Amino acid sequence: MKFNGKQLPLLWPTNLLDFLKLQNIQVDRVAVELNGKIIPRESFFNTILKDSDTIEIVCFVGGG
Amino acid sequence: MTVYLNGMPKNISEKTLFSAFPKKENTIVILNGFQISDDTELKENDEIYIIEKGVLPCRNQLEAMMSARHTPKIHKILKNSKVAVAGLGGLGSNIAVCLSRIGVGNLFLVDFDIVEPSNLNRQCYYIKHIGMPKTEALKGQLEEINPFINISSKNIKVTKENVKELFEGFDIICEAFDNPEAKAEFLISAKTYFPDTKIVCASGMAGYGSSNDIKTEKKMKNVYVCGDFETGAKPGTGLMAPRVMICAGHQANMILRLLIGINEV
Repeated sequence: MKFNGKQLPLLWPTNLLDFLKLQNIQVDRVAVELNGKIIPRESFFNTILKDSDTIEIVCFVGGG
Repeated sequence: MTVYLNGMPKNISEKTLFSAFPKKENTIVILNGFQISDDTELKENDEIYIIEKGVLPCRNQLEAMMSARHTPKIHKILKNSKVAVAGLGGLGSNIAVCLSRIGVGNLFLVDFDIVEPSNLNRQCYYIKHIGMPKTEALKGQLEEINPFINISSKNIKVTKENVKELFEGFDIICEAFDNPEAKAEFLISAKTYFPDTKIVCASGMAGYGSSNDIKTEKKMKNVYVCGDFETGAKPGTGLMAPRVMICAGHQANMILRLLIGINEV
Protein backbone atom coordinates (compact mmCIF):
# COMPACT_ATOMS: atom_id res chain seq x y z
CA MET A 1 0.00 0.00 0.00
CA LYS A 2 1.13 3.55 -0.64
CA PHE A 3 0.75 5.81 2.42
CA ASN A 4 1.59 9.53 2.03
CA GLY A 5 3.93 8.76 -0.84
CA LYS A 6 5.75 5.89 0.91
CA GLN A 7 5.33 2.14 0.42
CA LEU A 8 3.91 0.43 3.48
CA PRO A 9 3.23 -3.32 3.50
CA LEU A 10 -0.32 -4.17 4.52
CA LEU A 11 0.13 -7.44 6.41
CA TRP A 12 -3.53 -8.30 6.94
CA PRO A 13 -6.86 -6.80 5.83
CA THR A 14 -7.77 -3.88 8.04
CA ASN A 15 -10.36 -1.13 8.08
CA LEU A 16 -9.36 2.51 7.70
CA LEU A 17 -10.29 3.43 11.28
CA ASP A 18 -8.01 0.76 12.79
CA PHE A 19 -5.25 1.63 10.36
CA LEU A 20 -5.31 5.32 11.39
CA LYS A 21 -5.32 4.40 15.08
CA LEU A 22 -2.38 2.08 14.52
CA GLN A 23 -0.50 5.01 12.95
CA ASN A 24 -1.28 7.09 16.09
CA ILE A 25 -3.42 9.50 14.11
CA GLN A 26 -6.19 11.45 15.85
CA VAL A 27 -9.22 10.49 13.83
CA ASP A 28 -11.16 13.75 14.38
CA ARG A 29 -8.22 15.83 13.09
CA VAL A 30 -7.56 14.01 9.85
CA ALA A 31 -8.82 14.15 6.26
CA VAL A 32 -8.25 10.98 4.22
CA GLU A 33 -8.05 10.60 0.46
CA LEU A 34 -8.22 6.97 -0.68
CA ASN A 35 -7.33 6.33 -4.33
CA GLY A 36 -8.08 9.96 -5.16
CA LYS A 37 -11.43 10.15 -3.34
CA ILE A 38 -12.09 11.87 -0.04
CA ILE A 39 -13.57 9.51 2.57
CA PRO A 40 -16.27 10.81 4.94
CA ARG A 41 -15.41 10.22 8.59
CA GLU A 42 -18.51 8.04 9.10
CA SER A 43 -17.16 5.58 6.51
CA PHE A 44 -13.74 5.00 8.12
CA PHE A 45 -14.89 1.83 9.90
CA ASN A 46 -16.55 0.31 6.84
CA THR A 47 -13.67 1.07 4.48
CA ILE A 48 -11.48 -2.01 4.11
CA LEU A 49 -7.95 -1.33 2.86
CA LYS A 50 -6.23 -3.34 0.16
CA ASP A 51 -2.54 -3.67 -0.63
CA SER A 52 -3.11 -1.88 -3.95
CA ASP A 53 -4.56 1.24 -2.26
CA THR A 54 -3.04 4.70 -2.24
CA ILE A 55 -3.78 6.75 0.86
CA GLU A 56 -3.00 10.43 1.31
CA ILE A 57 -3.86 12.05 4.63
CA VAL A 58 -3.71 15.54 6.06
CA CYS A 59 -3.53 15.52 9.85
CA PHE A 60 -4.03 18.94 11.43
CA VAL A 61 -2.56 20.51 14.55
CA GLY A 62 -4.20 23.56 16.11
CA GLY A 63 -3.39 27.20 15.49
CA GLY A 64 -4.23 29.97 13.09
CA MET B 1 5.21 52.83 -31.16
CA THR B 2 2.43 52.56 -28.60
CA VAL B 3 3.20 52.52 -24.90
CA TYR B 4 0.92 52.88 -21.89
CA LEU B 5 1.41 55.90 -19.64
CA ASN B 6 -0.44 55.68 -16.33
CA GLY B 7 -2.79 53.14 -17.93
CA MET B 8 -3.55 55.19 -21.07
CA PRO B 9 -2.23 54.30 -24.57
CA LYS B 10 0.21 56.83 -26.05
CA ASN B 11 1.85 56.97 -29.47
CA ILE B 12 5.46 58.09 -29.29
CA SER B 13 8.30 58.46 -31.76
CA GLU B 14 11.10 58.63 -29.15
CA LYS B 15 13.13 55.47 -28.53
CA THR B 16 13.98 55.87 -24.85
CA LEU B 17 11.98 56.48 -21.70
CA PHE B 18 13.37 59.84 -20.64
CA SER B 19 13.44 61.27 -24.17
CA ALA B 20 9.71 60.52 -24.44
CA PHE B 21 8.90 61.51 -20.85
CA PRO B 22 11.61 63.81 -19.42
CA LYS B 23 12.43 62.97 -15.78
CA LYS B 24 11.11 65.52 -13.32
CA GLU B 25 12.00 66.17 -9.68
CA ASN B 26 9.80 64.52 -7.05
CA THR B 27 8.50 61.75 -9.31
CA ILE B 28 8.79 57.98 -9.29
CA VAL B 29 9.09 56.19 -12.63
CA ILE B 30 7.95 52.57 -12.93
CA LEU B 31 8.56 50.57 -16.11
CA ASN B 32 6.77 47.20 -16.44
CA GLY B 33 6.32 46.83 -12.68
CA PHE B 34 9.89 47.85 -11.78
CA GLN B 35 11.05 51.20 -10.42
CA ILE B 36 13.93 52.63 -12.43
CA SER B 37 16.17 55.68 -12.31
CA ASP B 38 18.32 55.30 -15.47
CA ASP B 39 17.12 55.99 -18.99
CA THR B 40 16.00 52.82 -20.76
CA GLU B 41 15.10 51.82 -24.29
CA LEU B 42 11.36 51.44 -24.79
CA LYS B 43 9.53 48.60 -26.54
CA GLU B 44 6.03 48.33 -27.99
CA ASN B 45 3.31 47.98 -25.29
CA ASP B 46 5.63 48.89 -22.41
CA GLU B 47 3.74 50.01 -19.30
CA ILE B 48 5.06 53.20 -17.77
CA TYR B 49 3.84 54.89 -14.61
CA ILE B 50 4.97 58.33 -13.55
CA ILE B 51 3.82 59.06 -10.03
CA GLU B 52 4.16 62.41 -8.30
CA LYS B 53 5.26 61.83 -4.71
CA GLY B 54 2.83 62.80 -1.95
CA VAL B 55 0.01 63.78 -4.28
CA LEU B 56 -3.34 61.98 -3.96
CA PRO B 57 -4.56 61.41 -7.53
CA CYS B 58 -8.20 61.19 -8.62
CA ARG B 59 -9.91 57.81 -8.33
CA ASN B 60 -9.45 56.49 -11.87
CA GLN B 61 -5.81 57.56 -11.93
CA LEU B 62 -5.30 56.02 -8.50
CA GLU B 63 -6.21 52.56 -9.73
CA ALA B 64 -3.77 52.78 -12.62
CA MET B 65 -1.02 54.02 -10.29
CA MET B 66 -1.70 51.34 -7.68
CA SER B 67 -1.35 48.69 -10.35
CA ALA B 68 2.00 50.18 -11.43
CA ARG B 69 3.84 47.73 -9.19
CA HIS B 70 1.76 44.77 -10.27
CA THR B 71 3.46 42.63 -12.85
CA PRO B 72 1.78 43.32 -16.23
CA LYS B 73 -0.58 40.56 -17.48
CA ILE B 74 -0.66 38.90 -14.05
CA HIS B 75 -2.68 41.75 -12.60
CA LYS B 76 -5.44 41.16 -15.13
CA ILE B 77 -5.70 37.49 -14.14
CA LEU B 78 -5.78 38.38 -10.45
CA LYS B 79 -8.42 41.04 -10.94
CA ASN B 80 -10.77 38.46 -12.48
CA SER B 81 -10.19 35.81 -9.84
CA LYS B 82 -12.35 34.74 -6.90
CA VAL B 83 -10.91 33.57 -3.58
CA ALA B 84 -12.77 32.57 -0.41
CA VAL B 85 -11.06 32.83 2.98
CA ALA B 86 -12.58 30.71 5.75
CA GLY B 87 -11.56 32.00 9.18
CA LEU B 88 -10.26 35.53 9.79
CA GLY B 89 -7.81 35.03 12.64
CA GLY B 90 -4.02 35.25 12.47
CA LEU B 91 -3.87 33.43 9.16
CA GLY B 92 -7.04 34.61 7.41
CA SER B 93 -6.72 38.32 8.25
CA ASN B 94 -3.10 38.46 7.05
CA ILE B 95 -3.83 36.37 3.95
CA ALA B 96 -6.72 38.68 3.02
CA VAL B 97 -4.44 41.72 3.38
CA CYS B 98 -1.88 40.14 1.01
CA LEU B 99 -4.53 39.20 -1.54
CA SER B 100 -6.01 42.71 -1.44
CA ARG B 101 -2.62 44.31 -1.96
CA ILE B 102 -1.89 42.22 -5.04
CA GLY B 103 -5.33 43.06 -6.42
CA VAL B 104 -7.25 39.77 -6.24
CA GLY B 105 -10.52 41.11 -7.63
CA ASN B 106 -13.12 39.17 -5.66
CA LEU B 107 -12.64 38.20 -2.03
CA PHE B 108 -15.14 36.41 0.18
CA LEU B 109 -14.44 36.53 3.92
CA VAL B 110 -16.12 34.25 6.47
CA ASP B 111 -15.89 34.24 10.27
CA PHE B 112 -18.39 34.12 13.13
CA ASP B 113 -16.31 35.81 15.83
CA ILE B 114 -15.69 39.31 17.13
CA VAL B 115 -12.28 40.95 17.65
CA GLU B 116 -10.92 40.39 21.17
CA PRO B 117 -7.88 41.89 22.92
CA SER B 118 -6.06 38.51 22.78
CA ASN B 119 -6.27 38.56 18.97
CA LEU B 120 -4.02 41.59 18.59
CA ASN B 121 -0.77 39.66 19.18
CA ARG B 122 -0.97 38.22 15.65
CA GLN B 123 -4.16 39.13 13.86
CA CYS B 124 -4.55 42.13 11.59
CA TYR B 125 -6.82 44.22 13.81
CA TYR B 126 -6.48 47.35 15.94
CA ILE B 127 -7.68 48.42 19.39
CA LYS B 128 -10.55 50.32 17.73
CA HIS B 129 -11.85 47.02 16.31
CA ILE B 130 -12.33 45.30 19.68
CA GLY B 131 -15.92 44.07 19.91
CA MET B 132 -16.56 44.35 16.16
CA PRO B 133 -17.28 41.30 14.01
CA LYS B 134 -14.02 40.27 12.32
CA THR B 135 -15.73 40.29 8.92
CA GLU B 136 -16.64 43.96 9.34
CA ALA B 137 -13.32 45.02 10.91
CA LEU B 138 -11.30 43.35 8.14
CA LYS B 139 -13.51 44.49 5.27
CA GLY B 140 -13.05 48.10 6.43
CA GLN B 141 -9.27 47.75 6.38
CA LEU B 142 -9.17 46.05 2.99
CA GLU B 143 -11.31 48.77 1.43
CA GLU B 144 -8.68 51.28 2.59
CA ILE B 145 -5.84 49.17 1.21
CA ASN B 146 -7.45 48.56 -2.18
CA PRO B 147 -10.78 50.22 -3.01
CA PHE B 148 -10.80 48.63 -6.47
CA ILE B 149 -11.64 45.06 -5.49
CA ASN B 150 -14.98 43.46 -4.55
CA ILE B 151 -15.12 42.26 -0.98
CA SER B 152 -18.07 40.30 0.33
CA SER B 153 -18.34 38.72 3.75
CA LYS B 154 -20.55 36.57 5.90
CA ASN B 155 -20.66 36.61 9.69
CA ILE B 156 -21.46 32.92 10.21
CA LYS B 157 -19.97 29.79 11.75
CA VAL B 158 -18.85 27.38 9.03
CA THR B 159 -20.19 23.88 9.54
CA LYS B 160 -20.28 20.83 7.28
CA GLU B 161 -23.94 21.68 6.65
CA ASN B 162 -23.30 25.12 5.12
CA VAL B 163 -19.97 24.56 3.29
CA LYS B 164 -21.72 23.74 0.01
CA GLU B 165 -23.80 26.92 -0.19
CA LEU B 166 -21.11 29.24 1.21
CA PHE B 167 -18.15 28.18 -0.93
CA GLU B 168 -19.66 27.42 -4.32
CA GLY B 169 -18.05 29.07 -7.36
CA PHE B 170 -14.58 30.11 -6.16
CA ASP B 171 -11.25 29.54 -7.94
CA ILE B 172 -9.51 28.88 -4.63
CA ILE B 173 -10.76 28.11 -1.14
CA CYS B 174 -8.45 29.01 1.72
CA GLU B 175 -8.73 27.21 5.07
CA ALA B 176 -7.58 29.52 7.85
CA PHE B 177 -9.23 28.17 11.00
CA ASP B 178 -7.59 27.76 14.39
CA ASN B 179 -9.24 24.61 15.72
CA PRO B 180 -7.76 21.34 14.35
CA GLU B 181 -11.09 19.50 14.28
CA ALA B 182 -12.69 22.40 12.39
CA LYS B 183 -9.76 22.40 9.92
CA ALA B 184 -10.15 18.67 9.22
CA GLU B 185 -13.93 18.83 8.94
CA PHE B 186 -13.73 21.81 6.58
CA LEU B 187 -11.20 20.11 4.30
CA ILE B 188 -13.32 16.94 4.17
CA SER B 189 -16.52 18.86 3.34
CA ALA B 190 -14.92 21.29 0.87
CA LYS B 191 -13.16 18.46 -0.96
CA THR B 192 -16.35 16.39 -1.03
CA TYR B 193 -18.46 19.17 -2.58
CA PHE B 194 -15.76 20.82 -4.70
CA PRO B 195 -13.29 18.09 -5.76
CA ASP B 196 -11.97 20.24 -8.63
CA THR B 197 -11.37 23.41 -6.60
CA LYS B 198 -7.91 24.09 -5.22
CA ILE B 199 -7.85 24.25 -1.42
CA VAL B 200 -4.99 25.88 0.51
CA CYS B 201 -4.79 24.88 4.21
CA ALA B 202 -2.44 25.43 7.15
CA SER B 203 -1.15 23.21 9.93
CA GLY B 204 1.62 23.95 12.43
CA MET B 205 2.77 27.53 12.96
CA ALA B 206 2.76 28.01 16.76
CA GLY B 207 5.75 29.10 18.85
CA TYR B 208 9.07 30.57 17.75
CA GLY B 209 10.77 27.65 16.01
CA SER B 210 12.82 28.23 12.88
CA SER B 211 11.12 30.20 10.13
CA ASN B 212 12.61 27.71 7.69
CA ASP B 213 10.61 24.79 9.09
CA ILE B 214 7.46 26.32 7.62
CA LYS B 215 6.90 25.05 4.10
CA THR B 216 4.22 24.45 1.48
CA GLU B 217 3.41 20.89 0.38
CA LYS B 218 0.91 19.37 -2.01
CA LYS B 219 -0.81 16.69 0.02
CA MET B 220 -3.72 15.36 -2.01
CA LYS B 221 -5.22 16.13 -5.41
CA ASN B 222 -5.88 19.91 -5.38
CA VAL B 223 -4.90 20.28 -1.70
CA TYR B 224 -1.95 22.36 -0.53
CA VAL B 225 -0.90 22.58 3.12
CA CYS B 226 1.41 25.21 4.63
CA GLY B 227 3.13 25.05 8.02
CA ASP B 228 5.66 22.91 9.86
CA PHE B 229 2.93 20.21 10.18
CA GLU B 230 3.72 19.54 13.84
CA THR B 231 3.84 22.59 16.11
CA GLY B 232 0.30 23.03 17.40
CA ALA B 233 -0.82 25.75 19.78
CA LYS B 234 -0.81 24.48 23.37
CA PRO B 235 -0.07 25.76 26.87
CA GLY B 236 3.52 27.01 26.75
CA THR B 237 3.56 27.20 22.94
CA GLY B 238 1.44 30.15 21.95
CA LEU B 239 0.65 31.61 18.57
CA MET B 240 2.91 34.54 17.75
CA ALA B 241 2.80 37.04 14.93
CA PRO B 242 6.05 36.14 13.10
CA ARG B 243 5.44 32.43 12.41
CA VAL B 244 1.70 32.92 11.91
CA MET B 245 2.45 35.63 9.35
CA ILE B 246 5.13 33.49 7.66
CA CYS B 247 2.55 30.73 7.31
CA ALA B 248 -0.07 33.22 6.07
CA GLY B 249 2.52 34.43 3.54
CA HIS B 250 3.05 30.84 2.36
CA GLN B 251 -0.69 30.41 1.90
CA ALA B 252 -1.11 33.75 0.11
CA ASN B 253 1.82 33.02 -2.23
CA MET B 254 0.50 29.53 -3.04
CA ILE B 255 -2.88 31.09 -3.81
CA LEU B 256 -1.17 33.62 -6.09
CA ARG B 257 0.78 30.87 -7.87
CA LEU B 258 -2.34 28.76 -8.38
CA LEU B 259 -4.31 31.74 -9.69
CA ILE B 260 -1.71 32.38 -12.38
CA GLY B 261 -1.64 28.70 -13.31
CA ILE B 262 1.43 27.38 -11.47
CA ASN B 263 0.46 24.17 -9.65
CA GLU B 264 3.87 23.29 -8.20
CA VAL B 265 4.54 24.41 -4.61
